[in-house]
Amino acid sequence: MTTSLGRRLMTTTAGFGTLAAIAIVASPLVGSTHISLARAFSRSVPFGENPDAQIFFIARLPRTLAGAVVGSMLAAAGVVFQALLRNPLATPFTLGVSAGAALGAMLAITFGWSFAVLGMAAAPVASLLGSIAAVGIVYALARARRHGLSTNVLLLAGVTMNAFFSALILFVQYFADFSQTYRILHWLMGDLDVSSYGPILTALPLIAISVAVFAWLARPLNLLSLGSESAATRGLDVPRAQRAAFFSASLATGAAVSVGGPIGFIGIVVPHLVRLMVGPDHRLVLPASALFGAAFLIACDVVARTILAPKR
Amino acid sequence: MRVLALVLALVMTLTRGTTPKRIVSLIPAVTEMLFAIGAGPQIAAVSSFDTFPADVKKLPRVGALIDPDVEKILSLHPDLVVVFSTQTNLREQLARAKIPTYVYSHAGLSDVFTTMREIGARAGRERAADELARTVESRIDALRTRVATQPKPRTLIVFDREKLALRGIYASGGVGFIHDMVAAAGGDNVFSGVKQQAVQATAELILARRPEVILELRADPLDAAARVKEIGVWNTLSSLPAVRSSRVYLIADQRTVVPGPRVAEGVELIARALHPEAFK
Repeated sequence: MTTSLGRRLMTTTAGFGTLAAIAIVASPLVGSTHISLARAFSRSVPFGENPDAQIFFIARLPRTLAGAVVGSMLAAAGVVFQALLRNPLATPFTLGVSAGAALGAMLAITFGWSFAVLGMAAAPVASLLGSIAAVGIVYALARARRHGLSTNVLLLAGVTMNAFFSALILFVQYFADFSQTYRILHWLMGDLDVSSYGPILTALPLIAISVAVFAWLARPLNLLSLGSESAATRGLDVPRAQRAAFFSASLATGAAVSVGGPIGFIGIVVPHLVRLMVGPDHRLVLPASALFGAAFLIACDVVARTILAPKR
Repeated sequence: MRVLALVLALVMTLTRGTTPKRIVSLIPAVTEMLFAIGAGPQIAAVSSFDTFPADVKKLPRVGALIDPDVEKILSLHPDLVVVFSTQTNLREQLARAKIPTYVYSHAGLSDVFTTMREIGARAGRERAADELARTVESRIDALRTRVATQPKPRTLIVFDREKLALRGIYASGGVGFIHDMVAAAGGDNVFSGVKQQAVQATAELILARRPEVILELRADPLDAAARVKEIGVWNTLSSLPAVRSSRVYLIADQRTVVPGPRVAEGVELIARALHPEAFK
Protein backbone atom coordinates (compact mmCIF):
# COMPACT_ATOMS: atom_id res chain seq x y z
CA MET A 1 0.00 0.00 0.00
CA THR A 2 2.61 2.52 1.11
CA THR A 3 5.06 1.48 -1.57
CA SER A 4 2.44 1.83 -4.26
CA LEU A 5 1.59 5.27 -2.85
CA GLY A 6 5.28 6.12 -2.80
CA ARG A 7 5.62 5.10 -6.42
CA ARG A 8 2.51 7.02 -7.46
CA LEU A 9 3.75 10.06 -5.58
CA MET A 10 7.07 9.80 -7.41
CA THR A 11 5.51 9.50 -10.85
CA THR A 12 2.95 12.22 -10.13
CA THR A 13 5.46 14.76 -8.85
CA ALA A 14 7.89 13.84 -11.62
CA GLY A 15 5.20 14.30 -14.25
CA PHE A 16 3.78 17.57 -12.96
CA GLY A 17 7.26 18.76 -11.93
CA THR A 18 8.49 18.32 -15.50
CA LEU A 19 5.47 20.26 -16.73
CA ALA A 20 6.19 23.13 -14.32
CA ALA A 21 9.90 23.08 -15.19
CA ILE A 22 9.14 23.23 -18.92
CA ALA A 23 6.79 26.16 -18.32
CA ILE A 24 9.38 28.04 -16.26
CA VAL A 25 12.15 27.48 -18.81
CA ALA A 26 10.06 28.08 -21.93
CA SER A 27 8.03 31.09 -20.80
CA PRO A 28 10.91 33.63 -20.66
CA LEU A 29 11.83 32.62 -24.22
CA VAL A 30 8.61 34.02 -25.67
CA GLY A 31 7.20 37.51 -25.50
CA SER A 32 5.90 40.42 -27.48
CA THR A 33 9.37 41.35 -28.72
CA HIS A 34 12.09 39.33 -30.34
CA ILE A 35 15.29 39.10 -28.30
CA SER A 36 18.59 37.43 -29.03
CA LEU A 37 19.30 34.81 -26.35
CA ALA A 38 23.00 34.77 -27.22
CA ARG A 39 23.12 38.47 -26.47
CA ALA A 40 20.95 38.14 -23.39
CA PHE A 41 23.38 35.68 -21.82
CA SER A 42 26.53 37.26 -23.21
CA ARG A 43 28.92 38.38 -20.51
CA SER A 44 30.89 40.64 -22.78
CA VAL A 45 28.16 43.29 -22.77
CA PRO A 46 27.58 44.99 -19.39
CA PHE A 47 24.05 44.37 -18.06
CA GLY A 48 23.23 48.06 -18.06
CA GLU A 49 23.88 48.30 -21.80
CA ASN A 50 22.20 45.08 -22.78
CA PRO A 51 18.51 45.49 -23.63
CA ASP A 52 18.11 41.81 -24.52
CA ALA A 53 19.41 40.77 -21.11
CA GLN A 54 17.18 43.35 -19.41
CA ILE A 55 14.09 42.14 -21.26
CA PHE A 56 14.96 38.58 -20.24
CA PHE A 57 15.97 39.20 -16.63
CA ILE A 58 13.85 42.22 -15.67
CA ALA A 59 10.69 41.83 -17.74
CA ARG A 60 10.23 38.11 -18.41
CA LEU A 61 11.95 36.08 -15.70
CA PRO A 62 10.42 37.86 -12.68
CA ARG A 63 7.05 37.66 -14.39
CA THR A 64 7.45 33.93 -14.96
CA LEU A 65 8.57 33.34 -11.38
CA ALA A 66 5.70 35.46 -10.08
CA GLY A 67 3.34 33.30 -12.18
CA ALA A 68 4.89 30.14 -10.74
CA VAL A 69 4.64 31.33 -7.14
CA VAL A 70 1.13 32.78 -7.43
CA GLY A 71 -0.19 29.83 -9.46
CA SER A 72 1.16 27.14 -7.17
CA MET A 73 0.13 28.88 -3.95
CA LEU A 74 -3.42 29.64 -5.08
CA ALA A 75 -3.88 26.11 -6.44
CA ALA A 76 -2.56 24.49 -3.23
CA ALA A 77 -4.63 26.85 -1.07
CA GLY A 78 -7.67 25.93 -3.16
CA VAL A 79 -7.10 22.24 -2.42
CA VAL A 80 -6.74 22.92 1.31
CA PHE A 81 -9.86 25.11 1.53
CA GLN A 82 -11.94 22.61 -0.43
CA ALA A 83 -10.93 19.87 2.01
CA LEU A 84 -11.26 22.03 5.12
CA LEU A 85 -14.70 23.34 4.18
CA ARG A 86 -15.72 20.01 2.61
CA ASN A 87 -17.06 22.02 -0.28
CA PRO A 88 -15.99 21.62 -3.91
CA LEU A 89 -16.93 25.26 -4.60
CA ALA A 90 -14.48 26.65 -2.08
CA THR A 91 -11.67 28.82 -3.44
CA PRO A 92 -8.78 30.58 -1.74
CA PHE A 93 -10.98 33.68 -1.77
CA THR A 94 -14.12 32.15 -0.22
CA LEU A 95 -13.19 33.14 3.32
CA GLY A 96 -12.64 36.81 2.62
CA VAL A 97 -8.85 36.78 2.22
CA SER A 98 -8.95 38.42 -1.19
CA ALA A 99 -11.61 40.95 -0.20
CA GLY A 100 -9.47 41.94 2.80
CA ALA A 101 -6.43 42.18 0.53
CA ALA A 102 -8.36 44.27 -1.99
CA LEU A 103 -9.55 46.62 0.75
CA GLY A 104 -5.96 47.05 1.98
CA ALA A 105 -4.64 47.77 -1.51
CA MET A 106 -7.49 50.14 -2.17
CA LEU A 107 -6.86 52.13 1.01
CA ALA A 108 -3.19 52.42 0.05
CA ILE A 109 -4.05 53.61 -3.45
CA THR A 110 -6.87 55.96 -2.50
CA PHE A 111 -5.10 57.67 0.37
CA GLY A 112 -1.82 57.77 -1.54
CA TRP A 113 0.29 55.88 0.99
CA SER A 114 3.78 56.00 -0.36
CA PHE A 115 6.33 53.70 1.20
CA ALA A 116 8.24 50.60 0.21
CA VAL A 117 9.09 47.63 2.43
CA LEU A 118 11.83 45.30 1.20
CA GLY A 119 11.15 46.00 -2.44
CA MET A 120 7.39 45.83 -2.03
CA ALA A 121 5.37 48.96 -2.74
CA ALA A 122 2.63 50.29 -0.48
CA ALA A 123 -0.31 48.60 -2.22
CA PRO A 124 0.99 45.00 -1.93
CA VAL A 125 2.07 45.53 1.68
CA ALA A 126 -1.33 46.96 2.54
CA SER A 127 -3.02 44.08 0.73
CA LEU A 128 -1.07 41.60 2.85
CA LEU A 129 -2.11 43.42 6.04
CA GLY A 130 -5.70 43.53 4.79
CA SER A 131 -5.76 39.79 4.18
CA ILE A 132 -4.30 39.14 7.65
CA ALA A 133 -7.01 41.30 9.19
CA ALA A 134 -9.74 39.49 7.25
CA VAL A 135 -8.39 36.09 8.27
CA GLY A 136 -8.21 37.20 11.91
CA ILE A 137 -11.81 38.40 11.94
CA VAL A 138 -13.15 35.28 10.20
CA TYR A 139 -11.22 33.04 12.59
CA ALA A 140 -12.47 34.92 15.64
CA LEU A 141 -16.06 34.68 14.40
CA ALA A 142 -15.78 30.98 13.64
CA ARG A 143 -14.30 30.25 17.05
CA ALA A 144 -16.62 32.41 19.07
CA ARG A 145 -19.18 29.71 19.79
CA ARG A 146 -17.21 26.58 20.48
CA HIS A 147 -13.81 25.03 20.68
CA GLY A 148 -12.51 24.09 17.25
CA LEU A 149 -13.87 25.36 13.98
CA SER A 150 -17.31 24.68 12.64
CA THR A 151 -16.94 24.54 8.87
CA ASN A 152 -20.43 25.93 8.43
CA VAL A 153 -19.77 28.89 10.69
CA LEU A 154 -16.42 29.38 8.99
CA LEU A 155 -18.09 29.42 5.60
CA LEU A 156 -20.82 31.80 6.74
CA ALA A 157 -18.32 34.09 8.44
CA GLY A 158 -16.18 34.08 5.30
CA VAL A 159 -19.04 34.85 2.95
CA THR A 160 -20.33 37.57 5.29
CA MET A 161 -16.89 39.16 5.52
CA ASN A 162 -16.60 39.02 1.74
CA ALA A 163 -19.84 40.95 1.42
CA PHE A 164 -18.89 43.38 4.18
CA PHE A 165 -15.44 44.08 2.73
CA SER A 166 -16.90 44.51 -0.75
CA ALA A 167 -19.20 47.17 0.66
CA LEU A 168 -16.24 48.87 2.36
CA ILE A 169 -14.31 48.71 -0.93
CA LEU A 170 -17.07 50.56 -2.73
CA PHE A 171 -17.22 53.05 0.12
CA VAL A 172 -13.48 53.75 -0.11
CA GLN A 173 -13.78 53.90 -3.90
CA TYR A 174 -16.07 56.88 -3.36
CA PHE A 175 -13.08 58.93 -2.17
CA ALA A 176 -10.84 57.96 -5.10
CA ASP A 177 -10.26 60.21 -8.09
CA PHE A 178 -10.13 59.07 -11.73
CA SER A 179 -6.55 57.90 -11.93
CA GLN A 180 -6.83 56.17 -8.55
CA THR A 181 -9.97 54.41 -9.75
CA TYR A 182 -7.97 53.29 -12.77
CA ARG A 183 -5.19 52.00 -10.54
CA ILE A 184 -7.67 50.19 -8.28
CA LEU A 185 -9.27 48.49 -11.27
CA HIS A 186 -5.85 47.51 -12.55
CA TRP A 187 -4.98 45.99 -9.16
CA LEU A 188 -8.26 44.06 -9.00
CA MET A 189 -7.61 42.54 -12.44
CA GLY A 190 -4.42 40.96 -11.16
CA ASP A 191 -1.03 41.66 -12.68
CA LEU A 192 2.08 39.51 -12.84
CA ASP A 193 4.29 42.19 -14.41
CA VAL A 194 6.30 42.74 -11.22
CA SER A 195 9.41 44.02 -13.07
CA SER A 196 11.68 43.17 -10.13
CA TYR A 197 12.34 40.23 -7.82
CA GLY A 198 11.52 42.28 -4.68
CA PRO A 199 7.85 41.33 -4.31
CA ILE A 200 8.60 37.64 -4.90
CA LEU A 201 11.48 37.58 -2.41
CA THR A 202 9.38 39.38 0.22
CA ALA A 203 6.60 36.81 -0.15
CA LEU A 204 9.02 33.87 -0.07
CA PRO A 205 9.32 33.42 3.74
CA LEU A 206 5.53 33.34 4.07
CA ILE A 207 5.34 30.83 1.24
CA ALA A 208 8.04 28.66 2.83
CA ILE A 209 6.03 28.46 6.07
CA SER A 210 2.85 27.55 4.16
CA VAL A 211 4.62 24.88 2.12
CA ALA A 212 6.09 23.31 5.26
CA VAL A 213 2.62 23.14 6.82
CA PHE A 214 1.09 21.83 3.57
CA ALA A 215 3.61 18.97 3.58
CA TRP A 216 2.38 17.90 7.03
CA LEU A 217 -1.25 18.56 6.14
CA ALA A 218 -1.79 16.10 3.28
CA ARG A 219 -2.82 13.11 5.43
CA PRO A 220 -4.91 15.13 7.93
CA LEU A 221 -6.77 16.63 4.96
CA ASN A 222 -7.75 13.13 3.79
CA LEU A 223 -9.25 12.52 7.23
CA LEU A 224 -10.83 15.98 7.49
CA SER A 225 -12.64 15.53 4.22
CA LEU A 226 -14.46 12.57 5.82
CA GLY A 227 -15.98 14.95 8.37
CA SER A 228 -14.63 16.02 11.76
CA GLU A 229 -16.24 13.20 13.74
CA SER A 230 -14.87 10.40 11.58
CA ALA A 231 -11.53 12.17 11.54
CA ALA A 232 -11.48 12.37 15.34
CA THR A 233 -12.30 8.66 15.71
CA ARG A 234 -9.30 7.92 13.51
CA GLY A 235 -7.05 9.70 15.99
CA LEU A 236 -6.75 13.12 14.35
CA ASP A 237 -6.51 16.21 16.55
CA VAL A 238 -9.24 17.89 14.51
CA PRO A 239 -9.08 21.47 15.88
CA ARG A 240 -5.33 21.52 15.43
CA ALA A 241 -5.50 20.23 11.86
CA GLN A 242 -8.26 22.72 11.03
CA ARG A 243 -6.27 25.60 12.46
CA ALA A 244 -3.16 24.53 10.55
CA ALA A 245 -5.13 24.19 7.32
CA PHE A 246 -6.93 27.50 7.75
CA PHE A 247 -3.87 29.58 8.61
CA SER A 248 -1.41 28.00 6.16
CA ALA A 249 -3.81 28.28 3.23
CA SER A 250 -4.71 31.85 4.20
CA LEU A 251 -1.04 32.77 4.49
CA ALA A 252 -0.31 31.27 1.07
CA THR A 253 -3.26 33.14 -0.43
CA GLY A 254 -2.28 36.45 1.18
CA ALA A 255 1.29 36.07 -0.07
CA ALA A 256 0.15 35.18 -3.59
CA VAL A 257 -2.29 38.09 -3.75
CA SER A 258 0.39 40.52 -2.55
CA VAL A 259 2.53 39.45 -5.52
CA GLY A 260 -0.03 39.19 -8.33
CA GLY A 261 -3.32 40.59 -7.14
CA PRO A 262 -6.51 38.52 -6.85
CA ILE A 263 -6.23 36.00 -9.70
CA GLY A 264 -9.23 33.94 -8.67
CA PHE A 265 -9.82 31.18 -11.15
CA ILE A 266 -6.59 29.23 -10.51
CA GLY A 267 -7.71 28.18 -7.02
CA ILE A 268 -10.83 26.42 -8.23
CA VAL A 269 -9.91 25.22 -11.72
CA VAL A 270 -6.57 23.60 -10.97
CA PRO A 271 -7.52 21.43 -7.95
CA HIS A 272 -10.49 19.95 -9.80
CA LEU A 273 -8.48 19.30 -12.98
CA VAL A 274 -5.78 17.61 -10.92
CA ARG A 275 -8.32 15.47 -9.01
CA LEU A 276 -9.64 14.24 -12.36
CA MET A 277 -6.11 13.14 -13.24
CA VAL A 278 -4.74 11.70 -9.97
CA GLY A 279 -7.80 10.88 -7.85
CA PRO A 280 -8.87 12.29 -4.48
CA ASP A 281 -5.86 11.41 -2.25
CA HIS A 282 -4.51 14.71 -0.88
CA ARG A 283 -1.01 13.27 -0.62
CA LEU A 284 -1.03 13.35 -4.43
CA VAL A 285 -3.48 16.17 -5.11
CA LEU A 286 -1.66 18.75 -2.99
CA PRO A 287 1.83 18.55 -4.56
CA ALA A 288 0.39 17.93 -8.02
CA SER A 289 -1.89 20.97 -7.76
CA ALA A 290 0.95 23.19 -6.60
CA LEU A 291 3.08 22.15 -9.58
CA PHE A 292 0.25 22.17 -12.10
CA GLY A 293 -0.97 25.54 -10.79
CA ALA A 294 2.45 27.02 -11.50
CA ALA A 295 2.55 25.63 -15.04
CA PHE A 296 -1.07 26.60 -15.69
CA LEU A 297 -0.78 30.24 -14.63
CA ILE A 298 2.52 30.67 -16.50
CA ALA A 299 0.86 29.29 -19.63
CA CYS A 300 -2.13 31.62 -19.21
CA ASP A 301 0.21 34.57 -18.76
CA VAL A 302 2.21 33.67 -21.88
CA VAL A 303 -1.01 33.72 -23.88
CA ALA A 304 -2.04 37.02 -22.28
CA ARG A 305 1.22 38.81 -22.91
CA THR A 306 1.72 37.61 -26.47
CA ILE A 307 -1.84 37.94 -27.77
CA LEU A 308 -2.53 41.28 -26.09
CA ALA A 309 0.98 42.51 -26.80
CA PRO A 310 0.51 45.57 -29.01
CA LYS A 311 -2.26 46.93 -26.83
CA ARG A 312 -0.58 46.37 -23.53
CA MET B 1 -45.18 71.31 -42.26
CA ARG B 2 -45.09 75.07 -42.26
CA VAL B 3 -46.34 75.21 -38.70
CA LEU B 4 -43.67 72.76 -37.63
CA ALA B 5 -40.95 74.87 -39.24
CA LEU B 6 -42.32 77.95 -37.54
CA VAL B 7 -42.39 76.27 -34.14
CA LEU B 8 -38.85 75.00 -34.67
CA ALA B 9 -37.63 78.44 -35.62
CA LEU B 10 -39.35 79.91 -32.58
CA VAL B 11 -37.81 77.34 -30.25
CA MET B 12 -34.39 77.97 -31.75
CA THR B 13 -34.57 81.71 -31.37
CA LEU B 14 -35.85 81.29 -27.83
CA THR B 15 -33.04 78.96 -26.80
CA ARG B 16 -30.45 81.02 -28.60
CA GLY B 17 -31.73 84.22 -27.13
CA THR B 18 -31.35 83.19 -23.50
CA THR B 19 -27.83 83.31 -22.12
CA PRO B 20 -27.36 80.78 -19.33
CA LYS B 21 -26.80 82.46 -15.98
CA ARG B 22 -26.61 79.38 -13.78
CA ILE B 23 -24.10 77.01 -15.33
CA VAL B 24 -23.08 73.82 -13.55
CA SER B 25 -19.76 72.45 -14.83
CA LEU B 26 -18.71 68.90 -14.00
CA ILE B 27 -15.51 69.23 -16.04
CA PRO B 28 -12.58 71.18 -14.54
CA ALA B 29 -11.15 71.98 -18.00
CA VAL B 30 -14.44 73.57 -19.08
CA THR B 31 -14.74 75.46 -15.79
CA GLU B 32 -11.33 76.97 -16.51
CA MET B 33 -12.47 77.92 -20.01
CA LEU B 34 -15.61 79.62 -18.70
CA PHE B 35 -13.60 81.68 -16.24
CA ALA B 36 -11.03 82.55 -18.89
CA ILE B 37 -13.68 83.98 -21.21
CA GLY B 38 -15.27 86.01 -18.44
CA ALA B 39 -18.23 83.71 -17.86
CA GLY B 40 -17.12 82.99 -14.29
CA PRO B 41 -20.02 84.92 -12.70
CA GLN B 42 -22.44 82.71 -14.70
CA ILE B 43 -21.21 79.55 -12.96
CA ALA B 44 -23.47 78.20 -10.20
CA ALA B 45 -21.52 75.09 -9.20
CA VAL B 46 -18.46 73.04 -10.14
CA SER B 47 -17.19 69.46 -9.80
CA SER B 48 -15.48 68.06 -6.71
CA PHE B 49 -12.12 68.11 -8.53
CA ASP B 50 -12.07 71.78 -9.52
CA THR B 51 -9.17 73.78 -8.03
CA PHE B 52 -8.51 76.46 -10.64
CA PRO B 53 -8.99 79.40 -10.76
CA ALA B 54 -9.09 80.29 -7.07
CA ASP B 55 -12.66 81.63 -7.44
CA VAL B 56 -13.98 78.06 -7.67
CA LYS B 57 -13.29 77.59 -3.96
CA LYS B 58 -16.36 79.67 -3.15
CA LEU B 59 -18.67 77.66 -5.42
CA PRO B 60 -20.76 74.67 -4.36
CA ARG B 61 -19.55 71.19 -5.39
CA VAL B 62 -21.85 68.73 -7.12
CA GLY B 63 -19.77 65.55 -7.50
CA ALA B 64 -17.98 64.47 -10.65
CA LEU B 65 -17.79 61.76 -13.32
CA ILE B 66 -18.76 58.76 -11.20
CA ASP B 67 -20.76 60.41 -8.45
CA PRO B 68 -22.69 63.42 -9.75
CA ASP B 69 -25.10 64.66 -7.08
CA VAL B 70 -28.27 64.92 -9.21
CA GLU B 71 -30.40 66.25 -6.38
CA LYS B 72 -27.99 69.05 -5.66
CA ILE B 73 -27.64 69.88 -9.34
CA LEU B 74 -31.44 70.11 -9.73
CA SER B 75 -31.78 72.16 -6.53
CA LEU B 76 -29.51 74.81 -8.02
CA HIS B 77 -31.94 75.38 -10.93
CA PRO B 78 -29.19 75.35 -13.57
CA ASP B 79 -29.87 76.57 -17.09
CA LEU B 80 -26.86 74.71 -18.54
CA VAL B 81 -25.02 71.64 -17.23
CA VAL B 82 -21.65 70.61 -18.65
CA VAL B 83 -21.45 66.80 -18.51
CA PHE B 84 -19.18 64.01 -19.71
CA SER B 85 -20.41 62.10 -22.75
CA THR B 86 -20.32 58.87 -20.72
CA GLN B 87 -22.67 60.17 -18.01
CA THR B 88 -25.71 58.71 -19.74
CA ASN B 89 -27.85 58.37 -16.61
CA LEU B 90 -27.28 61.95 -15.61
CA ARG B 91 -27.94 63.14 -19.15
CA GLU B 92 -31.27 61.30 -19.21
CA GLN B 93 -32.27 62.74 -15.86
CA LEU B 94 -31.39 66.26 -16.95
CA ALA B 95 -33.26 65.77 -20.22
CA ARG B 96 -36.33 64.70 -18.25
CA ALA B 97 -35.98 67.84 -16.14
CA LYS B 98 -35.71 69.85 -19.39
CA ILE B 99 -32.33 71.24 -18.41
CA PRO B 100 -30.03 71.90 -21.38
CA THR B 101 -26.63 70.18 -21.35
CA TYR B 102 -23.29 70.63 -23.04
CA VAL B 103 -21.78 67.20 -23.68
CA TYR B 104 -18.02 67.03 -23.35
CA SER B 105 -15.56 64.27 -24.22
CA HIS B 106 -11.79 63.99 -23.89
CA ALA B 107 -10.13 64.09 -27.30
CA GLY B 108 -7.21 65.71 -29.11
CA LEU B 109 -5.54 69.10 -28.62
CA SER B 110 -7.47 70.69 -31.49
CA ASP B 111 -10.71 69.60 -29.82
CA VAL B 112 -9.77 71.75 -26.84
CA PHE B 113 -10.24 74.81 -29.07
CA THR B 114 -13.47 73.45 -30.53
CA THR B 115 -14.79 72.96 -27.00
CA MET B 116 -13.65 76.47 -26.09
CA ARG B 117 -15.54 78.02 -29.01
CA GLU B 118 -18.64 75.87 -28.50
CA ILE B 119 -18.94 76.54 -24.78
CA GLY B 120 -18.24 80.21 -25.50
CA ALA B 121 -21.15 80.28 -27.93
CA ARG B 122 -23.42 78.54 -25.43
CA ALA B 123 -22.42 80.94 -22.66
CA GLY B 124 -23.01 83.96 -24.89
CA ARG B 125 -19.35 84.87 -25.08
CA GLU B 126 -18.54 83.85 -28.61
CA ARG B 127 -16.05 86.67 -29.27
CA ALA B 128 -14.08 86.21 -26.05
CA ALA B 129 -13.92 82.45 -26.60
CA ASP B 130 -12.70 82.85 -30.16
CA GLU B 131 -10.07 85.33 -28.99
CA LEU B 132 -8.92 82.99 -26.21
CA ALA B 133 -8.71 80.04 -28.61
CA ARG B 134 -6.65 82.11 -31.05
CA THR B 135 -4.26 83.29 -28.33
CA VAL B 136 -3.67 79.81 -26.94
CA GLU B 137 -3.32 78.32 -30.43
CA SER B 138 -0.78 80.93 -31.47
CA ARG B 139 1.21 80.42 -28.25
CA ILE B 140 1.38 76.70 -29.00
CA ASP B 141 2.34 77.42 -32.62
CA ALA B 142 5.15 79.68 -31.41
CA LEU B 143 6.44 76.89 -29.16
CA ARG B 144 6.17 74.44 -32.04
CA THR B 145 8.35 76.70 -34.21
CA ARG B 146 10.79 77.27 -31.37
CA VAL B 147 11.57 73.55 -31.02
CA ALA B 148 11.15 72.74 -34.71
CA THR B 149 14.87 72.55 -35.42
CA GLN B 150 15.63 70.40 -32.38
CA PRO B 151 16.01 66.62 -32.74
CA LYS B 152 12.80 64.89 -31.60
CA PRO B 153 13.59 62.42 -28.80
CA ARG B 154 11.64 59.17 -28.67
CA THR B 155 9.53 59.79 -25.58
CA LEU B 156 7.62 57.52 -23.23
CA ILE B 157 4.75 59.52 -21.75
CA VAL B 158 3.63 58.03 -18.44
CA PHE B 159 0.51 59.43 -16.84
CA ASP B 160 -0.06 56.83 -14.18
CA ARG B 161 1.66 54.03 -12.30
CA GLU B 162 1.86 52.57 -8.82
CA LYS B 163 3.77 54.66 -6.30
CA LEU B 164 7.46 53.80 -5.96
CA ALA B 165 7.20 50.84 -8.33
CA LEU B 166 7.22 50.15 -12.05
CA ARG B 167 3.86 48.44 -11.94
CA GLY B 168 0.50 49.28 -13.46
CA ILE B 169 2.11 51.73 -15.88
CA TYR B 170 -0.30 53.64 -18.09
CA ALA B 171 1.32 55.48 -20.98
CA SER B 172 -0.15 57.77 -23.60
CA GLY B 173 -0.93 56.15 -26.93
CA GLY B 174 -0.98 57.97 -30.25
CA VAL B 175 -4.28 59.81 -29.76
CA GLY B 176 -5.47 62.36 -27.22
CA PHE B 177 -4.44 65.81 -26.09
CA ILE B 178 -1.45 64.63 -24.03
CA HIS B 179 0.06 62.92 -27.08
CA ASP B 180 -0.63 66.08 -29.11
CA MET B 181 0.88 68.36 -26.45
CA VAL B 182 4.11 66.33 -26.36
CA ALA B 183 4.23 66.34 -30.17
CA ALA B 184 3.86 70.15 -30.14
CA ALA B 185 6.65 70.34 -27.56
CA GLY B 186 8.97 68.46 -29.91
CA GLY B 187 8.72 64.90 -28.59
CA ASP B 188 8.15 61.69 -30.55
CA ASN B 189 5.79 59.42 -28.59
CA VAL B 190 7.11 55.82 -28.55
CA PHE B 191 3.51 54.61 -28.63
CA SER B 192 2.33 56.95 -31.39
CA GLY B 193 1.45 53.87 -33.47
CA VAL B 194 -1.06 52.64 -30.89
CA LYS B 195 -4.33 54.32 -31.78
CA GLN B 196 -5.81 54.66 -28.31
CA GLN B 197 -5.46 57.21 -25.52
CA ALA B 198 -4.01 54.88 -22.87
CA VAL B 199 -1.57 52.00 -23.28
CA GLN B 200 -0.93 49.55 -20.45
CA ALA B 201 2.84 49.39 -20.72
CA THR B 202 4.61 46.31 -19.39
CA ALA B 203 8.30 46.32 -18.52
CA GLU B 204 9.01 44.30 -21.67
CA LEU B 205 7.14 46.73 -23.90
CA ILE B 206 9.05 49.70 -22.46
CA LEU B 207 12.43 47.95 -22.73
CA ALA B 208 11.65 47.03 -26.34
CA ARG B 209 10.63 50.59 -27.35
CA ARG B 210 13.87 52.05 -25.94
CA PRO B 211 12.67 55.61 -25.15
CA GLU B 212 15.29 58.37 -25.12
CA VAL B 213 13.18 60.41 -22.74
CA ILE B 214 10.74 59.32 -20.05
CA LEU B 215 8.21 62.01 -19.28
CA GLU B 216 5.92 61.51 -16.31
CA LEU B 217 3.00 63.88 -16.17
CA ARG B 218 0.72 64.12 -13.17
CA ALA B 219 -1.65 66.62 -11.63
CA ASP B 220 -0.80 66.38 -7.94
CA PRO B 221 2.17 68.38 -6.67
CA LEU B 222 5.17 66.48 -5.33
CA ASP B 223 7.92 67.62 -2.97
CA ALA B 224 11.57 67.48 -4.04
CA ALA B 225 12.52 64.41 -2.00
CA ALA B 226 9.55 62.38 -3.24
CA ARG B 227 10.33 63.43 -6.81
CA VAL B 228 13.91 62.16 -6.55
CA LYS B 229 12.64 58.85 -5.14
CA GLU B 230 10.00 58.42 -7.84
CA ILE B 231 12.47 59.18 -10.64
CA GLY B 232 14.98 56.76 -9.07
CA VAL B 233 12.51 53.90 -9.55
CA TRP B 234 13.32 53.93 -13.26
CA ASN B 235 16.98 53.01 -12.59
CA THR B 236 15.95 49.32 -12.63
CA LEU B 237 15.60 49.60 -16.42
CA SER B 238 19.19 50.76 -16.79
CA SER B 239 19.50 49.75 -20.43
CA LEU B 240 17.00 52.42 -21.50
CA PRO B 241 18.67 55.35 -23.24
CA ALA B 242 16.50 57.70 -21.16
CA VAL B 243 17.83 56.27 -17.91
CA ARG B 244 21.43 56.11 -19.12
CA SER B 245 21.43 59.77 -20.13
CA SER B 246 19.40 60.84 -17.06
CA ARG B 247 16.52 62.11 -19.15
CA VAL B 248 13.70 60.99 -16.89
CA TYR B 249 11.48 63.98 -16.13
CA LEU B 250 8.58 64.15 -13.73
CA ILE B 251 6.33 67.16 -14.18
CA ALA B 252 3.78 67.39 -11.38
CA ASP B 253 1.68 70.24 -12.68
CA GLN B 254 -2.01 70.42 -13.51
CA ARG B 255 -1.31 72.46 -16.61
CA THR B 256 0.18 69.43 -18.40
CA VAL B 257 -2.84 67.20 -17.80
CA VAL B 258 -5.88 69.51 -17.88
CA PRO B 259 -7.10 70.20 -21.42
CA GLY B 260 -8.17 73.74 -20.62
CA PRO B 261 -6.99 77.26 -21.51
CA ARG B 262 -3.65 76.65 -19.79
CA VAL B 263 -2.57 73.95 -22.28
CA ALA B 264 -0.08 76.33 -23.88
CA GLU B 265 1.66 76.71 -20.51
CA GLY B 266 1.62 72.92 -20.24
CA VAL B 267 3.20 72.55 -23.67
CA GLU B 268 5.87 75.06 -22.62
CA LEU B 269 6.66 73.10 -19.43
CA ILE B 270 7.08 69.95 -21.52
CA ALA B 271 9.09 71.71 -24.22
CA ARG B 272 11.45 73.16 -21.60
CA ALA B 273 12.04 69.67 -20.20
CA LEU B 274 12.58 68.10 -23.62
CA HIS B 275 14.61 70.93 -25.18
CA PRO B 276 16.28 73.12 -22.54
CA GLU B 277 18.71 74.39 -25.24
CA ALA B 278 15.87 76.02 -27.16
CA PHE B 279 14.99 78.22 -24.17
CA LYS B 280 18.42 79.64 -23.41
